[in-house]
Amino acid sequence: MQQQTPFATRLAAQGHFRTLRLPSPFQPRLDALMKTEEWYNWAGYRAPSSLWDEELEYFAIRSQAAVFDISPMVKYRIEGPDAEPFLNRFTLRDVSKLKPGRVHYTAWCDDEGHVLDDGTLFRLAETRFRLCCQERHLPWLVDSAVGFEVAIAEETQAVAGLALQGPTSFAVLRAAGFAGVEKLKLFDLAEFAHEDGTVTISRTGFTGDLGYELFVASEQALSLWDRLFDAGQRHGIRAIGYHALNRARIEAGLIVANADFVTAEHAIRADRLRMPDEIGLRFMIDAEKPHFNGRRAIFEARRKRTLRHVLVGLEIEGNIPAEHAIVYHNRKREVGLVSAAIWSPMAKKNIAIASLARPFGDSINDDLWVEIYAMRELQYQKLMKRAKIVPRPFIKLDRRGANPPADF
Amino acid sequence: MTSSEPRSFDAIVIGGGHNGLVCAAMLGKSGRRVLVLEAAEQLGGAGRAEEFAPGFRVSLAHVLNRLHPEVISMLDLTTHGLKLGEPVPSVALSALGEPLVLHGAYGERLEGATSGEAKAWSQLRAQLIRYAGIMKPLLTRRPPDLDGMPLAESAGFGLVALALRRLGKEDMRDFLRMLLMNVADVLDEHLDDERLRGLLAFDATLGSHLGPRSPTSLLGLYYRLTGEISGAAGAQTIPAGGMGAVIAAIASATQKAGVTVRTAAPVVRIIIEKSRAVGVTLASGEEIRARSVVSGANPRTMFLDLAGARELDAGFVRKVGNIRMKGDIAKLHLALDKPPVFNGVSAENLRGRLVIAPSPDHVERAFNPSKYGEFSPEPVMEITLPSLADPSLAPSGACVLSANVQYAPYALREGWDLGRPKFLAAIMATLERYSPGIGKSVRHAELLTPADIEAHYLMQGGHWHHGELQADQMLMSRPVSGAAGYDTPIEHLFLCGAGSHPGGGISGVPGLNAARRIIAMKG
Repeated sequence: MQQQTPFATRLAAQGHFRTLRLPSPFQPRLDALMKTEEWYNWAGYRAPSSLWDEELEYFAIRSQAAVFDISPMVKYRIEGPDAEPFLNRFTLRDVSKLKPGRVHYTAWCDDEGHVLDDGTLFRLAETRFRLCCQERHLPWLVDSAVGFEVAIAEETQAVAGLALQGPTSFAVLRAAGFAGVEKLKLFDLAEFAHEDGTVTISRTGFTGDLGYELFVASEQALSLWDRLFDAGQRHGIRAIGYHALNRARIEAGLIVANADFVTAEHAIRADRLRMPDEIGLRFMIDAEKPHFNGRRAIFEARRKRTLRHVLVGLEIEGNIPAEHAIVYHNRKREVGLVSAAIWSPMAKKNIAIASLARPFGDSINDDLWVEIYAMRELQYQKLMKRAKIVPRPFIKLDRRGANPPADF
Repeated sequence: MTSSEPRSFDAIVIGGGHNGLVCAAMLGKSGRRVLVLEAAEQLGGAGRAEEFAPGFRVSLAHVLNRLHPEVISMLDLTTHGLKLGEPVPSVALSALGEPLVLHGAYGERLEGATSGEAKAWSQLRAQLIRYAGIMKPLLTRRPPDLDGMPLAESAGFGLVALALRRLGKEDMRDFLRMLLMNVADVLDEHLDDERLRGLLAFDATLGSHLGPRSPTSLLGLYYRLTGEISGAAGAQTIPAGGMGAVIAAIASATQKAGVTVRTAAPVVRIIIEKSRAVGVTLASGEEIRARSVVSGANPRTMFLDLAGARELDAGFVRKVGNIRMKGDIAKLHLALDKPPVFNGVSAENLRGRLVIAPSPDHVERAFNPSKYGEFSPEPVMEITLPSLADPSLAPSGACVLSANVQYAPYALREGWDLGRPKFLAAIMATLERYSPGIGKSVRHAELLTPADIEAHYLMQGGHWHHGELQADQMLMSRPVSGAAGYDTPIEHLFLCGAGSHPGGGISGVPGLNAARRIIAMKG
């Protein structure tokens, strides 16, 4: 066989330039189940908005076991003796408190303290991590590594991922033969044998429900899918698209980068930048941990009281989702915008995530209204509805953290 | 002193170069307990005189042209023995004909020029000094802070604007037109004499990675002309006792201010707790604590090696890593049997600064190879004979020759081990044309390449400004935005060296400004 030249190697590695929408490692299985042909672009991948029925896909999350392909999620492998101090400086939360075999939700900022992205950090071993997020950050990661003994590699394409969420998700895994998976507590991870390799399973998810996320080498993606679906037949396993997942995440009160806030590298307008405190991530800031990027700017903003925004959960009267509605104070003064809203089938309430300009949502919390434009046969029906600030998540499901997880 | 109690010092100054000493003295005068830690055996940094051959001593810096009057008066250097002496001339050497001599403060009087050229020069000189004077007040001020600064401080910039208005419309227009020009174009507009043009082209680019035709190269000349000696802008002197005497006077003032000085005490780490500098660790392992730490060291060394990237934001580290500081100057030290003779130069003028830069084109051609990692085959240089001002620098009857030679790129492609003898040969061949027979009187020759200067004086890139002094690395961008006001992102950690505004040269101004900032911030 003729050896590939470096140029040919490079060409081969640049397939994404020629393929406008990359296929997922699970593409043959998704294609086989796709009935609606509703695709969207997720970070360059062809991803399903829905596969067969948005409503039923949502209810698969809440009453069965739903499989959502998370392969397009950006993934970095971070490894080396300084991996922990590196990530401790890179991200907001204290990584020294994250033990091997654990996952936490975190975020990271630029020097000005503006949020670059949020994501989940998996501590696979003492000196090996996986960072999962929405945006690409390789140059920023590499520049941040100056002074640390750490190797950083992008593994988005090399690693396939599935979210398995819903009340029967544990039963599916057990039936699929992942012995010991019942030991996983919320935010635990462990490795399990799969064919001649391994699959990393964590008890995590984006639904607020009982659920797991599974990561496997892309070559073994299809066999993992088949293993789950074979075992899940009698547990109601269903593939779902993003629309269903989005409803579940709103109920869980979780935010999405570039939907509920604009990431610092994407924002063109200076007033769209957000500090952690402005998007509900204040809890991540730890004054006691060693230096982290943006620390000075964040504490200075707190000291000088220059934080301008606040992200809140809203309950809105009526049952018309208030998506992208303007929020008013005293029905007159414009004070914010709804970034995500649904009628919640679980809470039986009209819920929303909104960004408000302080002091609204901070010290002034009453007399808030949203103006909903409901299109009724080519005419807007303008509804001014009372809104109440409520804590997130909007729903709490005991089964999410129950130990052992419920079997069916 | 050999040990220290925690917090027994208010401030530790890293580096006993002249800026570190000036800063320490100012802080000492403010009532602070100050400790200076110098890595070398001797104080003075680039100003210290060191033996390079048996009986021959010399310092890296060899001309004094910008020791600031406020530094002299604040530290009362005159009572500490500073004698500036008379201004010395600059001599533009000519290989074939007579040299051109600039007498007084940067050529108040020309010797060897036509009357027409003398008149043209007199006008250009006046214009350059007038324009440099507009910028001069900026030297002793903290650079503008775009995040806002107190009214009293920003008022200083209003004064600069006012001075600009006072120039009148035509002059103001010309000031703005010329500000970022290259020196060669300005010279083309005004002067004909190649010797004078060559000298000005050389002075504008000395110490930077620029040729006379590089955009903004005129700024280098302005920077030089913001310097003054005894109130005369652009004047230069080789003080009695040499540069060592200047350092001795500053060190004496430092001592008077109650500052503790330790030499041979290299700092390897700045101790930082909760984003606040609290002390230093020496190479010996000794830890010394203080309320504030002030660094006269190279800014990149200070941030990345002493403080460490982990205590800083990644974007800031990226900026610090991108500071351009690859030096282009080699330093030649010759131990000569006797004072040399240069074509057409009188014994009196030998006490001045001798420049080999035959024309702007010659300087430009000398610059070209340095862009590609090669030294100049026909280098340009400024020469002094320091032992004429300070006979103790050489054995009786013998002479020290000290020369700054451009262009010697820090990262020489073939490596300096291979390149050094070749470059020395090129320099000696050039010298021989201007001083026939000089080679025979050389007892010992030392050529410090930028790599040697880096190693010996702890100047990264061997750059005597600790960072290119160009428009993008000046004022609020010096050394980088976020650390341009002498305070840094790390609380109680300050900068006081040439890497900070306004820049290098034996001026003491960064040290002075830093001390004022530290006092204002109650550091």
